[in-house]
Amino acid sequence: MSGDAVDTSKRRFLIAATTVMGTVGAVYTAVPFLASWMPSERAKAAGAPVEADISKLEEGQMVRVQWRGKPVWILKRTEEMLAALPGLDERLRDPASVEPQQPEYAQNGTRSIKPETLIAVGICTHLGCSPSFVPEAMPQPYDPDWKGGFFCPCHGSRFDLAGRVYKSVPAPLNLEIPPHMYVSNTLVLIGDDGGAA
Amino acid sequence: MGMLISFRDWIDARFPLTKMWEEHLSKYYAPKNFNFWYFFGSLALLVLVLQIITGIFLTMNYKPDATMAFASVEYIMRDVDWGWLIRYMHSTGASAFFIVVYLHMFRAMLYGSYKGPRELLWIFGMMIYLALMAEAFFGYLLPWGQMSYWGAQVIISLFGAIPVIGDDLSLWIRGDFVISDVTLNRFFALHVIAVPFVLAILVVVHILALHEVGSNNPDGIEIKKNKDENGIPKDGIPFHPYYTVKDIVGVVVFLAFFSFVMFFAPEGGGYFLEAPNFEPANPLKTPEHIAPVWYFTPYYAMLRAVTIDIGPLSAKFLGVIVMGSAVVILFFLPWLDRSPVKSIRYRGPISKIMLALFVVAFVVLGWLGTQAPTDTKTTMAQVGTIAYFAFFLLMPFYSKIDSTKPVPDRVTG
Repeated sequence: MSGDAVDTSKRRFLIAATTVMGTVGAVYTAVPFLASWMPSERAKAAGAPVEADISKLEEGQMVRVQWRGKPVWILKRTEEMLAALPGLDERLRDPASVEPQQPEYAQNGTRSIKPETLIAVGICTHLGCSPSFVPEAMPQPYDPDWKGGFFCPCHGSRFDLAGRVYKSVPAPLNLEIPPHMYVSNTLVLIGDDGGAA
Repeated sequence: MGMLISFRDWIDARFPLTKMWEEHLSKYYAPKNFNFWYFFGSLALLVLVLQIITGIFLTMNYKPDATMAFASVEYIMRDVDWGWLIRYMHSTGASAFFIVVYLHMFRAMLYGSYKGPRELLWIFGMMIYLALMAEAFFGYLLPWGQMSYWGAQVIISLFGAIPVIGDDLSLWIRGDFVISDVTLNRFFALHVIAVPFVLAILVVVHILALHEVGSNNPDGIEIKKNKDENGIPKDGIPFHPYYTVKDIVGVVVFLAFFSFVMFFAPEGGGYFLEAPNFEPANPLKTPEHIAPVWYFTPYYAMLRAVTIDIGPLSAKFLGVIVMGSAVVILFFLPWLDRSPVKSIRYRGPISKIMLALFVVAFVVLGWLGTQAPTDTKTTMAQVGTIAYFAFFLLMPFYSKIDSTKPVPDRVTG
């Protein structure tokens, strides 16, 4: 072969091989950078369970505790509040809690272990706002037949006092019930249920 | 003088200084009939420079740490000499940026500046708009106020609506199970270096594309079709000094308005800086009423307007799709418009009515996005969303059948 001639097919092969190898290298190089965005070991460790003392919780009162940085509501419901729950079924998207938004032990009419105590993650299943607690059963601008519940100020989603989502609101699912267990009658552990679920 | 000229020649032999000056300024021929609407491109560039300079100075005192961020902004506002001015310049600049960019985009829609051969120019412009939205979104988290926190929470949750990968994707963006110090830190990095860098490159590309195809004008006439014996468009005038001087007038008037807002109404009536953002972020409590900053509200209203599920697709996912499409559809404008003429001046009544309707829909949606949701307002937002999309999706038909007026050969007044 003379010195000036170009072997184009060899050149094409080398260009293709270099491009393929270079791309593979670039993809591998991207992995550590992309992976560095996942929750760090410290962030994962911070997801530990939290304890809450509910001995001082009055009827109708709600407290918020923080678990994995999220608000978790502990609401002690009154007799009237509990009595109103079954009557709402017609107006709810998932009244029987079919969707896996709760551990098995909370898949019941009140979505709780103890009927009166609701423990739910206070984050709207729509876009993550924390709904407001509107316990009084009285007409509201967004619902003339309001029986008490949670109203999300961001996009108008509504939940009843068991965290069940109403129909015709943007939120698709009931509020999440976190894994939890009662260590004693007045002490609840949120984030761990001892493997009960 | 002789020394200066020989210095210039020394540089020109090593770097295309004079060549660039001539190509982009003293021998860039722009149509002579630019009007009011043509101020906003140069003003956008001015605001970009203002944002970069004020931003650099803000980073000198700001702390991207969830425990210190809010206090460091207050420190800038109260204790740093002139810190309040730099901060208000930056926060007012953000809104000013969107005002001039929206007017700049409206100008393109008025005069058909996106039509061939300027399709790529329009697409680069849209990419700037996207980068600008990302920049504004990342920046809004930094003061770590209530609206910063919950606004970011809502927007990141949007990604969670994507089926299958959604939850992992939003976890990846946040780097934590909720918005936290980790999120703040990476948003800071994106806001101060990654996005501004992309933005600057896109602006250069946008201007290069503009100078390649030449500026459009209110008549929508290609001035390059009518050149004199020297190859200079008969209807063109050199950008410098004619339009540099014109733009200085625009800059002066703009800065007068800008200063008024900055000194007398830096919160912009609660639209530029929202009241809940003067409270530190509280992950346990969402503000009573949450709305994004005004420049995002039209899209936000469209997101909320979707309340019905269609088959297996939830209203939440569809809302995100509608919101995303509302931005993406703008990219296709050059191909949706089938009108034989560019400028609104020579278009028929249907195009004029549709453009007016579009503006009304956009403004009303913008207002609705700032309001708390009620049934009436949701219905209004649904009507507005339909009007918004009708403008684009019906365009291939109405722009084609609409009557036109004859376009003159040379630009008018």
